[in-house]
Amino acid sequence: MPASESGAVADPGVFDESALVAKARAGDAAAFNDLVTRYERKIFRLAKHITQNDEDAEDVLQEAFLKAYEHLPDFQGQSKFYTWIVRIAVNESLMKLRKRKSDRTVPLDEPLDTGEDVVVREIAVWEDDPEKKYSREELANILDEAVQSLRPAFRTVFVLRDIEELSTEETAEALGISVPAVKSRLLRARLQLREKLTRLFKRKGDNVFDYM
Amino acid sequence: MITCKEFLNELNEFLDETVGPETKAELQRHVTECPNCFVIVDTTKKTLKVFRGVTEKMIPGDVHDRLMKALEKKMAAKAAPPPTS
Repeated sequence: MPASESGAVADPGVFDESALVAKARAGDAAAFNDLVTRYERKIFRLAKHITQNDEDAEDVLQEAFLKAYEHLPDFQGQSKFYTWIVRIAVNESLMKLRKRKSDRTVPLDEPLDTGEDVVVREIAVWEDDPEKKYSREELANILDEAVQSLRPAFRTVFVLRDIEELSTEETAEALGISVPAVKSRLLRARLQLREKLTRLFKRKGDNVFDYM
Repeated sequence: MITCKEFLNELNEFLDETVGPETKAELQRHVTECPNCFVIVDTTKKTLKVFRGVTEKMIPGDVHDRLMKALEKKMAAKAAPPPTS
């Protein structure tokens, strides 16, 4: 178990990332490989969510870890290694999107926090356990499509906060945006996804007031 | 009594429980009195739950293998002595 090499910690769920990073910086290839093994699934998953494409996600995964390895001497250790690799992977993913013709017209760093009101159109109660009506694969496709329909700036925040479960501060750091921008984009992302899923999952012929 | 608009602006803080007790009580009161916001809270919670439930994807084995191979190559190139002419 690689984590056991990283030093004793009180909580077995927490491992001493900085010790592994220090070893890797000192040229310990096995330590770097431990970091890769620990985070590759998360990085692949987030790249896939942002790029919505297996091939691009694999490219991003490789590029991110190769760059991290190359630039390890520059890593100051002021942030966590994980936040750093997430930031590299997000940048690589966004570059993939920019290269795609269809996304060329969409600036990824567009100013979105214009104070526009949060819009909620669809207010309806869901069926009980609507996800059980679908196979795992069908559900995964529904969710992928919903995420894909978000603007990249919203999508990245949603993926980091709600799928990768980074904190608001870590997300801000990984994306190089402010904490209020993370909050504002997350609210819009969550409400837009809620809206999309409600259209599919709502209980038919229902009156909201019966639910109270 | 806060308005629905004010409530929605605080929705994330309410869901993530990052508000102080006073604000929380005020938001809670709004939810119990406003059917629309009650439904929005409920369906937003469910939205997050659905996403968290199905995103436990594994990395395909061949993707992992190719990553390790690419890294191995990079490490070997770094470790190799500079070419002598």
